[in-house]
Amino acid sequence: MEYMKSEEIVELFKGKFGDSIIDSQIESKKEGVKKNSYNTIWLEIKIENFKDAVKFLGTIQFPHFAMISGDDLGDKIELTYYFSLYYGERFKEISLNITTSLSKKELKISTITDLIPGAQTAEREIIEMFGIKVEGLPDSPNLFLPKDFAKDIYPFRRDEKGIYPLSKNGKYVGDNIVKREEEVKKS
Amino acid sequence: MSKMTYSVPIGPVHPSLKEPMTFNFKIYGEHIEEVCLAPGDNHRGIEFMGMQRNPVQIIYLAERICGICSASHPFAFCKAVENAAGIEVPERGQYIRVIIAELERIHSHILWAGVAAHELGFDSVLYLSWKAREVVLDTLEILSGNRINYGIFMIGGVRRDISTEQVSAIRKTINYYREVYGKIEDIFLNDPTIALRTKKVGILTEEDALRLCAVGPTARASGIKKDVRQDQPYSAYADLKVKAITPDVFTGEVNGDVYDRIVVRLLELVQSLEIIEQCLDNLPSGEIVAEKKLVKLLNQLKRVKGRGVGRHEAPRGECIHSVKLEEAETPEVWKARAPTYNNLMTWVPMLLGQQIADIPIVIASIDPCIACMDRVTILNKDTGQKNVLTKKDLHELSVQKTRRITP
Repeated sequence: MEYMKSEEIVELFKGKFGDSIIDSQIESKKEGVKKNSYNTIWLEIKIENFKDAVKFLGTIQFPHFAMISGDDLGDKIELTYYFSLYYGERFKEISLNITTSLSKKELKISTITDLIPGAQTAEREIIEMFGIKVEGLPDSPNLFLPKDFAKDIYPFRRDEKGIYPLSKNGKYVGDNIVKREEEVKKS
Repeated sequence: MSKMTYSVPIGPVHPSLKEPMTFNFKIYGEHIEEVCLAPGDNHRGIEFMGMQRNPVQIIYLAERICGICSASHPFAFCKAVENAAGIEVPERGQYIRVIIAELERIHSHILWAGVAAHELGFDSVLYLSWKAREVVLDTLEILSGNRINYGIFMIGGVRRDISTEQVSAIRKTINYYREVYGKIEDIFLNDPTIALRTKKVGILTEEDALRLCAVGPTARASGIKKDVRQDQPYSAYADLKVKAITPDVFTGEVNGDVYDRIVVRLLELVQSLEIIEQCLDNLPSGEIVAEKKLVKLLNQLKRVKGRGVGRHEAPRGECIHSVKLEEAETPEVWKARAPTYNNLMTWVPMLLGQQIADIPIVIASIDPCIACMDRVTILNKDTGQKNVLTKKDLHELSVQKTRRITP
């Protein structure tokens, strides 16, 4: 197997997707007494090309998928998918994290489970935690939240659909918990 | 006669996962025809709690994600914060981290071996292996003051140094395990009954393991040479020669069954002993933590804008944390992922076509904490009659099967 350097991988993505790559960074970290180093690549890509980028990643090697993290930035939600390449060889692994942003007006992303079936659990988590519609993933009862959890309330959102009034740095954002407690008291 | 299937739910309480777990099985006769996983009966929202706290407080929250991996989660979390803030860990700190992480691996793997023996009906092996586990727990207590939840990790290093007396205590522990390992290996790998119960049971093919993104001993037993300690030069592992262990080292072939998972874990015990010994031989001198003053550290972290990822090979596989810091007291994002999260789906191909009596050992084989099987209902679809199997009944079934096939 041929191993590309981190810079080459970034160039490959830039050549393939051009202006769709909004940002790219390579971090290198030296550790131990012998100061061997490992690299982490951060790519930010427009949502239109996200699925193609994951597909393209598969042409290098079947990537190891780790997880998805999300961040509610107000008018958009930023999702980061964590992959790694060249695993299974001593000191060759490169972490590759692909970030994409979804507008709050159109909260949907296409599933990558047809490419990587192992991503299903993580996709279900972003459906429940952020209220993002994942196209191509069949409906199912809640995996993480209780089955009778309030509809239209998403724990990791920081807007009126969030759960906790003190969501962002102590700022009062929503009142969903208070409302729900009152409902319970009434009934 | 019409084909009648039974529906068997198992769960939901399951302490090693981030969430407890229910299994729904469709059973025809003795064979499993369909597996449905339903986790999430008690999601604790630890990440949400963490996002209301400062990074140093999160270390102790991360430690309590799992009682067994109480070094792995803080390890990955501290790495993520250090990567985001550009903090360098002193070399001695890196070595102490690895020593603690490997001692944890020894106690986790022996605990697992005991549980596996119990599921098969060898309770004396459970007692003997857990007796052996006590020695490493005592050593951890000597080093950190606690048997679990060591409280030794800090952003930028570790909180406690290892003294000369403690080094000799660790060496004594290593010698003890060198002595008993032969016995453990003999019981698990040469016993004909264990081989009958575990060979060709719960098979996970290499392709399935790859597609379902399996991690840790579960992936390695299927022939994927994936081990973060080998793949990424992090902490003191960057100086050591760690090689991912696959079962062909011992048996000459890879089957991906329960037996192979036992082989991988037992060989990793020996590997951990070697790693600790190498660390003790080459322990560098100097500082153990980058910034001793907590207030100064917190002030430094408050000014950081950046993101970082930390990966660590926990006893069960790759544990990954991600942090995004936005010049605030609390992190903007903290995401933690335990290895069982990825290994969850591998249960489906493993369990299909197996017998009810094999459920305990197959589920135990990916090493979740097996306290999950608290209640099992067998539902007769035609009459609507419910038969509830408790954990005891299910365990009894497994034990009976062992007795039946013992040569």
